[in-house]
Amino acid sequence: MAIPELQTSPPAKPEPPDYEIHIEARTGWLRVDWREFWEYRDLLFVLVRRDFLAKYKQTVLGPLWFIVQPLLNTLVFTIVFNKVAGIATDGIPPLLFYLCALLPWGYFAQNVTTGAATFTTNAHLFGKVYFPRLIVPVSSVISNLFALGLQFVVFFVFAAWFGLRGDAVYFGPAILLSLPLLLITAALSLGLSLLISSSTAKYRDLSHLTPILIQLWMFATPVIYPLSKLTGGDGSWAWIAWMNPMAPVVEGFRYSLLGRGTWQGAMLGVSAIASVIILFLGIVAFGRAERTVTDSA
Amino acid sequence: MKPRVEVESLSKLYRLGSIGATTVRDTLERITSRFRRSTGTQQKKTPTAPPGRQGPQPDTFWAIRDISFSAKAGEIIGIVGRNGAGKSTLLKILSRITEPTSGRAILRGRLASLLEVGTGFHPDLTGRENVFLNGTILGMKRWEISARFDEIVAFAEIEQFIDTPVKHYSSGMFVRLAFAVAAHLEPEILFIDEVLAVGDAGFQKKCLGKMGEVASQQGRTVFFVSHNMGAVRSLCDEAILIHDGRLTRQGKPDEIIREYLSVTTPSETTGLSDISWKDGDAPGNDDIALERVRLVGDDGDTLEVFAADEPIGIEIHYHVKRRIQGNRFHMVLRTQEGELAFAATDHLYQPESQLPGHYRTKCTIPARLLNLRTYVMAVGCGIPGVRWLIPDRECLSFTVSGIGNQASHYPENWPGVVCPAIDWKVEAMEPSAAISS
Repeated sequence: MAIPELQTSPPAKPEPPDYEIHIEARTGWLRVDWREFWEYRDLLFVLVRRDFLAKYKQTVLGPLWFIVQPLLNTLVFTIVFNKVAGIATDGIPPLLFYLCALLPWGYFAQNVTTGAATFTTNAHLFGKVYFPRLIVPVSSVISNLFALGLQFVVFFVFAAWFGLRGDAVYFGPAILLSLPLLLITAALSLGLSLLISSSTAKYRDLSHLTPILIQLWMFATPVIYPLSKLTGGDGSWAWIAWMNPMAPVVEGFRYSLLGRGTWQGAMLGVSAIASVIILFLGIVAFGRAERTVTDSA
Repeated sequence: MKPRVEVESLSKLYRLGSIGATTVRDTLERITSRFRRSTGTQQKKTPTAPPGRQGPQPDTFWAIRDISFSAKAGEIIGIVGRNGAGKSTLLKILSRITEPTSGRAILRGRLASLLEVGTGFHPDLTGRENVFLNGTILGMKRWEISARFDEIVAFAEIEQFIDTPVKHYSSGMFVRLAFAVAAHLEPEILFIDEVLAVGDAGFQKKCLGKMGEVASQQGRTVFFVSHNMGAVRSLCDEAILIHDGRLTRQGKPDEIIREYLSVTTPSETTGLSDISWKDGDAPGNDDIALERVRLVGDDGDTLEVFAADEPIGIEIHYHVKRRIQGNRFHMVLRTQEGELAFAATDHLYQPESQLPGHYRTKCTIPARLLNLRTYVMAVGCGIPGVRWLIPDRECLSFTVSGIGNQASHYPENWPGVVCPAIDWKVEAMEPSAAISS
């Protein structure tokens, strides 16, 4: 069955004759080959697609699951924290108050939990074929954006509904601020998941701790209460907000989507710098871990 | 022109015990010992020193050591060696799954490695989606896959199921699709591990053909690890033999296969038809150990070449160290190319239990059963369903030749792993017919 080799588009670019792969024990602490990462962008695309497709295959609700979870969370928060515990929501309808905060927080938590398990869930793949390992955690940060997008839609539907009922609902240019906030969330969660996955590659201990850490972290973040609870009063809790890069981000989301809450410029600056540092450390740690992880798997 | 692949004294050291979970304490100890070393109280560490010069480190071993070779464009190179010889480690380093400890390799061109088929296949996704997933994981671009998609599906012969989730595939369909993706990879350098051991024979042949074609027509360099000597011989231009982590020889496949067969037999051999072991390194365990295996002709002489019309005797001498019950010897006969001829066991003849002492078990392959080939025989012993006593090892090799008065009955290159003498009879069914001879 000799099929003549057809010239398939795009024109087969002649392989540069100096295309060389050098294999040796790598040294140095920053080991990322960005050009190669770019070469593998198709894999990134396909992995994002796989994550998305595989998640809702063989479910009745399909992609609806991406919004059922935050809605249930919102419901529980409304009952437990607002109605029973009586935590004020800054005059915002409780449902919108929680739903809005769960947008960045849910994205953050999802990124960290999936990314932290990179080496353990992909051990088999990593042991059989080479590709830039960083593709995997990056792909999950991207594919989690789909869920976030759907949740945004749900949020706006509810906001419109409350608006029609006569509640004061904000819709204005501050919405654009949510983009840089998302960027901080993505960088921070990617950095953290790289750090955690690098350490779980060798010691599995941290993988048991991650869900608990995430949960505790949520309580230290103004998800179920407004940031003013931390910064207000005598300010004795303000340090928690300063220490927590997610605190101004979540509050900033309320400011940007609900027009209420406080925009903490300085705190956000600290948060952005911390996120970049954590991302950088994460990439370094990941580069170290990926060298030897298949030897100990 | 520079060689496509250059490998220079590649070595890989594994730290025993670090496989699996490491404890935090181990790491702390290692760090503190490194600190002590760097302060100069211990011998200086020379990571660039040639492997083997370093002091003995009890919890480490060299999986491969000082391996160098090179390969040109268009060559298919077979990598052979015993299990555990280091072939897989070499392949893992060259396909960049793990790093070498020292040495280096330069690969000129795009690289793809096939250490298994169907890497990354997701059971819930359809065949189509998995082709793209698997293809990009193996390093293809999406447009490359799109361009070859129909060809891949046709090659796998699963056109009507391409939009069915692969978890509903039969294992045969799964393997065929996975193979088809792999067979359409077009890197300059391709590494293939034992993957061809799965799949049905017809499809394997198709894949081997495709890969041979790819190498010869498009100047790709293919490395092929296999225990299938037939495939190595028919496919490869050259072969290298890895033994105990070292490259012992590089050369024509025929030479290397011969050498491979000789290193797969233990030391102290007198040819390949009479092997005896010293107490220490005899195959076996605390219950039983082999002492000697030998091929004997009709007259009791050790033979390496048997005439086709001669029975082939196999003597197994062994030492029973503890009373054992229910042990069974067996032998597995393959052609040199790796095709199974048959396996036989003594389960109808062996006594129920054996007291300590020295024994000899003998069996005979009848005359006029085997074809004119070179065969490799493995001998082993176990208690069926319970445990191995002596794991199978290929140790004996012999050739059946056409010499003797049977010669004229065996045309050259007669197909088949066996060629038994079968009774044929011609009868005349009516008076007018007659048979004259």
